[in-house]
Amino acid sequence: MNTTMLNSLKLCLAAALALGSLSPARADQDIVITQNIQVLGQTKPIPLAIAGFSGEVLQVLKFDLYVQGFAFTTPDVAQYQITGTPGENVTGTVLDSIAKQPILARAYSGTTLRRQAHFFANDIVSAIAHRPGVGLTKIAFKKEIALGHGEIYVADFDGFNPQFVTHDDTIVAAPCWVPGKLAVCYTSYYPGNPDIFYQSLTSGQRTIVAKYPGLNTSPAVSPDGSHLAMVLSKGGSPNIWVADADGTNPKKLTSTLEDSSPCWSPDGQWICFATKLRERRVLAKVPAGGGEISVIHTAGVSNPTEPDWSPDSKWIAFTRQAGEFDICVVPADGSIPPTVLVPGEDPSWSPNSRTLIFTRRTAGGSYALSVLDVMTKQVKDIKRISGNDSQPAWAR
Amino acid sequence: MKKLNLIYPLSLALAVALAGAGCKHGPAKLTRLPGPADAPNVGDVPPVTTQPQQPQQVQLPTAPPISQEPPVGGGGQNIPLNPDGTRPPSNPDLFDGMIQDRAALAAYTVHFDYDSSVVKSSEKANLQSVATALGADATLKLLIEGHCDERGTEEYNRSLGERRALALREALAKLNLDAARVKEISYGKDKPVDPGHDAAAWTKNRRGEFVLLHPNTAKP
Repeated sequence: MNTTMLNSLKLCLAAALALGSLSPARADQDIVITQNIQVLGQTKPIPLAIAGFSGEVLQVLKFDLYVQGFAFTTPDVAQYQITGTPGENVTGTVLDSIAKQPILARAYSGTTLRRQAHFFANDIVSAIAHRPGVGLTKIAFKKEIALGHGEIYVADFDGFNPQFVTHDDTIVAAPCWVPGKLAVCYTSYYPGNPDIFYQSLTSGQRTIVAKYPGLNTSPAVSPDGSHLAMVLSKGGSPNIWVADADGTNPKKLTSTLEDSSPCWSPDGQWICFATKLRERRVLAKVPAGGGEISVIHTAGVSNPTEPDWSPDSKWIAFTRQAGEFDICVVPADGSIPPTVLVPGEDPSWSPNSRTLIFTRRTAGGSYALSVLDVMTKQVKDIKRISGNDSQPAWAR
Repeated sequence: MKKLNLIYPLSLALAVALAGAGCKHGPAKLTRLPGPADAPNVGDVPPVTTQPQQPQQVQLPTAPPISQEPPVGGGGQNIPLNPDGTRPPSNPDLFDGMIQDRAALAAYTVHFDYDSSVVKSSEKANLQSVATALGADATLKLLIEGHCDERGTEEYNRSLGERRALALREALAKLNLDAARVKEISYGKDKPVDPGHDAAAWTKNRRGEFVLLHPNTAKP
């Protein structure tokens, strides 16, 4: 928050009016905001200039930084200058153009050039924005190869280095990560029914954790890894259930009729989900041990679904449906109305609670994954090789 | 909407207050940076600094095992393997060991209204035909598939498809078809009968299909 930067006069004016501390007349003067105001979807990107990099390294740096709230411009208006030194490895410096001070100088060796570039991008995010970068994070997602045939995949967050997790050649769905582990849970129709699997990514071994008659889907592992929330229909309608991580001791948490998409609060106390109450579609939460359902306020948006609670516990991202789908973010306490960000569905938070990955329908009607910086609304598709990619889950 | 309009400026004000500062007079212009031509060799002396600074050397770790061979895809312990170690494909012609007959009841597919799992009274004749076909032969069973159009998110539709299938099972139970003979499965929007993106396709895709299950007399 202590970054000094030029911000837009428009934002400044809005802020001044809202505060009531400045008259509009004063805004005509040469007023410049020196604080980067963090408003969801309206924050100005931090301007960077970059020189001395090429090829894959330049691509990685530009992608990683763009989707984390930085924009590329010419050196005369850049707040930071990133300069690379040609060579076999990534070597670069970052200069604060206002303070006229170098803030970072690193020379990387080892691993791949691509990973070196991700490391450098992370160090830049950390040095400038004082938060961890997402450059080395992983995602899981569903890849539909043909109608009714798909596999669960994992990849780098930018879609590179994709690897299949399943080879079931059937409908698969709803992957989630086991927090802090190289393991995922997902739904596969392989057994002839939608059942929930747990699979280690290091050994490849998997076990079925829920295979009740009817629907077993939407697994969500608790932050401490001890419990599994999911949708089961064995009670007569699709409801939210919680069980031990291995699927034992299932307990029904809801008896509303139209439940879907459970997710956990970061403290493990709540399970948030989409449902219908009094003829209205709502997001709701229920204590993970069972108890009263309470509604999350999402005034002003219709048909909220697919909630995901940010790891810093402040926000809930979700999909709204008003004709088409849009990605929205609301404070977890519902204290202010949701912000509608961009078209898309099924958002999943990055580990640093700043970026979302979501499913976007392309102009051609296929599905691609995109990453979104929620503060600046900067968005870019990640790499897609073939088929339809959807239901992304960010490892955290 | 009025309430929303009021709350939004308030929230913006709050955000500004939290940021710890309002508008201030600042430098009118940013400092001009040296261009690439006059930048010194950054590895030795970074530009615009009084202190020479060597880049910090960082030896990076290799990627975690997830990106190493062998690939993460593996067999499931609980999925039986063929003698040669390969995985058998799931058999689309079997369900719970029974043989699927998709043609027998194909004429009786039931359709639903948008985002609804209510079985319409106009579908009564189809349901009666299904109940009659199953009849008194207790060896025959029924699989109900619940499907949705594309206008809903994936997991929402998986629940909606399940609700449709369950609603059909309940409607058949009222026609005296024993619910113990009926299984249901939801495909959400993963198996549209019409891949189109228009109203005509959606109408066809919001459906419940009936699959007759015969006992499998062949020994495995």
